[in-house]
Amino acid sequence: MSGIVSYGSYIPIFRIKPEEIARIWGDEPEKMRDNLFIFSKSVPSPDEDVATISVEAARNALSRCDINPLDIGAIYVGSESHPYAVKPTGTIVAASIGMPLQYFAADYEFACKAGTAGMQNVKAMVDSNYIKYGMAIGADTSQGAPGDALEYTASAGGTAMIIGKEKVIAEINHTLSVSTDTPDFWRREGEPYPKHGERFTGEPGYFKHVIAAGKAMMEKMDTKSSDYDYAVFHQPNGKFPMRAAKMLNFTEEQYKTGLLTPYIGNTYSGSTMNGLSSILDESKPGDRILAVSFGSGAGSDAFDITVTDEMKDYKRNNAPTIKKMLEKVKYIDYGTYTKFRKIIITGDSVE
Amino acid sequence: MTELSRIWRETEYRYNLIGYKCKNCNRTYFPPRDICPYCHRESIGKMEKFKLSGNGEIMSYSIVHESSSAFKRQVPYVMALIKLNEGPVITAQVVDCDPDDVEIGKKVHMAFRKIREDGKNGIIEYGYKFRIN
Repeated sequence: MSGIVSYGSYIPIFRIKPEEIARIWGDEPEKMRDNLFIFSKSVPSPDEDVATISVEAARNALSRCDINPLDIGAIYVGSESHPYAVKPTGTIVAASIGMPLQYFAADYEFACKAGTAGMQNVKAMVDSNYIKYGMAIGADTSQGAPGDALEYTASAGGTAMIIGKEKVIAEINHTLSVSTDTPDFWRREGEPYPKHGERFTGEPGYFKHVIAAGKAMMEKMDTKSSDYDYAVFHQPNGKFPMRAAKMLNFTEEQYKTGLLTPYIGNTYSGSTMNGLSSILDESKPGDRILAVSFGSGAGSDAFDITVTDEMKDYKRNNAPTIKKMLEKVKYIDYGTYTKFRKIIITGDSVE
Repeated sequence: MTELSRIWRETEYRYNLIGYKCKNCNRTYFPPRDICPYCHRESIGKMEKFKLSGNGEIMSYSIVHESSSAFKRQVPYVMALIKLNEGPVITAQVVDCDPDDVEIGKKVHMAFRKIREDGKNGIIEYGYKFRIN
């Protein structure tokens, strides 16, 4: 059976706290922090973007296994902040890890679930023997307009998953998706910031799809929440995934390892995959994982995963774990944040 | 406009630190060179591509306070001479650190970053920088 052969993540080192953002906009810091359940969010430095984050994640994934990049036959990068509107991120990543001339590649966009959509596509190609290994990446340097609630959470980071049939550390037992046409969140062509359809954000958007996908998976696999050791759900803020977990009868013990938004914010296409990466960092053979992503617009991808005996020999420590990336951080103030994110008007002396 | 052909030509070694090794004397070079400056004609046809590990240490460094407009957002930043484990010494930016964190002899490893952007609608140039271990 196919599954995850290796994985790697990357989260920028810089962080900003909600108190600092609230200080500028006159919001109540405790209210923003507690309502969103967020203590800090990651910020990309001026020389980081989705391509650099994807490359770092891909290299971390490769450093943990013995896969020859020439055997990787497909690469799909899911993001809603690709550096170019026209020119693929995937080919930059492929060139940076030494992939061959002949490979399948495309950049995906489905709000925050484009990375997991890439995982599904790569798995299908492996299962049908089109490719030996495939790489799926979910990464973002997400946009939140200054003064908007999204500014407290929109952050940066990503994870790469290599999927194949040999030396599988985590079998993907099944995957499925649910999708509808829902106006909960969008960004028009050429616009720098997204808009959210207020009342559609919660119930008609996030919860409807995450819960439906989670339930459909457990129904298909004939499982119940107690059959899983870990669960990870998309994390637009710290509270939504906790509520989704509760609605699906999962406990804090099951979801706490994959819950990263309180510390790094919402990494959009990286969100669920980063959470899964954090779980794989500590999981042991036999552990079962339910992962459910969510992308506005809207849809959810669900994965039922079982960690295999190959995890015993897997070289996890060849790359930084998520825990390590949460420990080594540098906090910045709002002025530095605006400089890094290019949201202040500058003269000719600054490009 | 940035020289597209130069960026394209340098992609392989800037992305992956691909240098050359002289199979006559086993010296390693970065950036690539066609002839070994020690072996001269004896190295002709014996220069082979060689992937450097990306690990090294800071030999010397300078803190940049006055930059061109392309790097203004990163000021103050650190430019260092880095001696790679395989021998070559290269000049590169050290990122994710305060200038006070940098010391001669500190171990570093390669990071993948944007080098510069050709304005708002031009090509984005990527390549190696370094992080302190």
